[in-house]
Amino acid sequence: MNTIIQVSNVSKTFTLHNQGSAEIAVLNNVDLSVSAGECIALTGPSGAGKSTLMRLIYGNYKAQSGAIKINDVDLVSAEARDIIRVRRESLGYVSQFLRVLPRVPALTVVAEPLRAVGVPEDDALERAANLLTELNIPENLWSLSPTTFSGGEQQRVNIARGFAHPYPALLLDEPTASLDPVNREVVLQLIRSAKARGAAIVGIFHDAEARARVCDRTVDVDNFTVANSA
Amino acid sequence: MNNEAYNFAYLDEQTKRMIRRALLKAVAIPGYQVPFASREMPMPYGWGTGGVQVSAAILTPDDRLKVIDQGADDTTNAVSIRSFFKRTAGVQTTTATSEATVIQTRHRIPEVPLTEKQTLVYQVPIPEPLRFLEPRESETRKMHSLEEYGLMHVKLYEDIARHGHIATSYAYPVSVEERYIMDPSPIPKFDNPKLSQNAALQLFGAGREQRIYALPPYTKVVSLDFDDHPFEASKANHVCALCGAEHSYLDEVIVDDEGNRMFVCSDTDYCESRRAQGLTGKSAA
Amino acid sequence: MNENDCLLSVKQLEKRYGPHIGCQDVSFDLYPGEVMGIVGESGSGKSTLLNCMAGHLKPDTGEVVFNTRTEGLRDTVTMSEPERRLLSRTDWAFIHQHARDGLRMGVSAGGNVGERMMAVGARHYGDIRRTAEDWLERVEIDTSRIDDRPATFSGGMQQRLQIARNLVTQPRLIFMDEPTGGLDVSVQARLLDLLRSLVRDMNLSVIIVTHDLAVVRLLADRLMVMKSGQVVEQGLTDQVLDDPQHAYTQLLVSSVLHV
Repeated sequence: MNTIIQVSNVSKTFTLHNQGSAEIAVLNNVDLSVSAGECIALTGPSGAGKSTLMRLIYGNYKAQSGAIKINDVDLVSAEARDIIRVRRESLGYVSQFLRVLPRVPALTVVAEPLRAVGVPEDDALERAANLLTELNIPENLWSLSPTTFSGGEQQRVNIARGFAHPYPALLLDEPTASLDPVNREVVLQLIRSAKARGAAIVGIFHDAEARARVCDRTVDVDNFTVANSA
Repeated sequence: MNNEAYNFAYLDEQTKRMIRRALLKAVAIPGYQVPFASREMPMPYGWGTGGVQVSAAILTPDDRLKVIDQGADDTTNAVSIRSFFKRTAGVQTTTATSEATVIQTRHRIPEVPLTEKQTLVYQVPIPEPLRFLEPRESETRKMHSLEEYGLMHVKLYEDIARHGHIATSYAYPVSVEERYIMDPSPIPKFDNPKLSQNAALQLFGAGREQRIYALPPYTKVVSLDFDDHPFEASKANHVCALCGAEHSYLDEVIVDDEGNRMFVCSDTDYCESRRAQGLTGKSAA
Repeated sequence: MNENDCLLSVKQLEKRYGPHIGCQDVSFDLYPGEVMGIVGESGSGKSTLLNCMAGHLKPDTGEVVFNTRTEGLRDTVTMSEPERRLLSRTDWAFIHQHARDGLRMGVSAGGNVGERMMAVGARHYGDIRRTAEDWLERVEIDTSRIDDRPATFSGGMQQRLQIARNLVTQPRLIFMDEPTGGLDVSVQARLLDLLRSLVRDMNLSVIIVTHDLAVVRLLADRLMVMKSGQVVEQGLTDQVLDDPQHAYTQLLVSSVLHV
């Protein structure tokens, strides 16, 4: 299978300059690769560095060494604009929290990733409407800003946004947390469809059953945790 | 006649030389405002101190001077400036446009076409056409030097937006030889076409603002406008009640306490000479 | 020009005020469609830098190379003043913090928007007015206000009018100096949303100076952190904010209550 996400020899240490230059080593020599159509789950106890690794793969955290390749682009050495292009075209991220401008309507929020890659407005809005329908967001909320929504609704808007554009690589941070059983099924179906079209997925699932149903294998982040490997 | 206590035409020779240098520069760069060291004159600002200084600098003993104010030879301003030069320079004066060699004017260009032997001296209150929208002199001078004149059209745009047409009816801005934008002094826009290709030398003096500018004979002068709102040299839609002239600029005169009005030529010499030829209007009694 | 050609290239820019350093050793490339934020506290040199780039201040050394439409790469520091001023009313735009610095307060909203068009030769009143109406709509100002003066507008409307006035000539590079400073929070959000969609739809490149980290997080692709006239850190906006490397950036980020 062709490899979409390739993490090699990545280490991460935080240096807190304003607290006596304390050094907090989190991850060491991470190696990981995800192929097209594959979904892997990051596992390990709290504080092992699962979220840190996700953020490193998204380019949100800066790796001190190694390489993180999404297709051919190494995010560790890439220029900011190249990372942005990769995020726009190839790398989706469903975080646990929705961060949007206060007055932008939910429908626009979901359509935005499509608009960013040049999909015409009408097509983008149609796709967004389908996703919101699928995720059972009542139509009377579409024109409102999701900042006013409940936690579960916000989470679903976030998921709809993450699945709007068919990214070849997708990062999912607790996608089923705080969802009712019906919507949980919808999300799992979205993940299966993404795999079927060839997306490489890295996820964090505390929901063990969901993990078992969509993930092909697990990677125990504890193996790379500095405290353990030292 | 001539009061010997004064130097010829009131100003001292050094001052006249300075003003002539400014005038030569102004003629060399049509429409460009040349700074000059304006002198205190024995009359208040607003009474034509700029025009008087220019006239004083160019008058020769052989000249024949005409002074008009709003087209009339007989207003206080015109009369006092005429007598000022009669007294300080001993020059001949006239009210007949065609006989004058130097015509100092406030707010009009005579109706009769001028000749190459004549010089028209304008009194200018505010020489800077851009000041309406840009009060900083440092900035307007830069705009002139770099030919950044978009602002001038903003003024006309505002006119149309507010009145439906270009309501600016006097001091209507012009472009000189496609280079400098110039304020033609507060002449009615009816007179604007006469600025262009005029056979006479036209000199502009602003005393308080200390600026001189000029249009040499036969200079191309174009009134600014929009493609869909072209410039129109408008006047009151009447004929002169005294001489019957159809194409001269008219003043509106209230004739009685009932508010009855009549329209008469603002150029008094033009009107009188027509009547002398026997031409009459409705109210000519 | 294609996406891979750099639009603006700043090289070793330095400005001193006597012995005091305004900004020093600043270099970066900006590409079409990129939004770069410059943050730092008051006196960090961010406004000096912005004014040097926009041609309002003359830097002591360094280059500000712009990819012009007709002549390709030109150093705007050494080009003649008429050329630079032409650039700043065609391909460049500058959004001031206080709208009154960027608007003509004595001229109607339509005249304010129309000025840049007339400055580059528009001479058809009807066309100018239609374009002005179109732009008022785009910045969400009721077109019935076209003949009103900006003095009768709210702060947020004035700022949107300033944006319309600047964008009407389809510039490619916008300099912004604290564009949301002094506005209510709700008004800020609306303005940021508007700026974001304009940036995307017109593929604008933007350099935005602000002390508000929330503004750069929402608007900027890249971030440059300045302290005492020097760039201490630059990179991807969310990376700099979420994983700051420099001691000063860490202090700056941790001093904010909510980013």
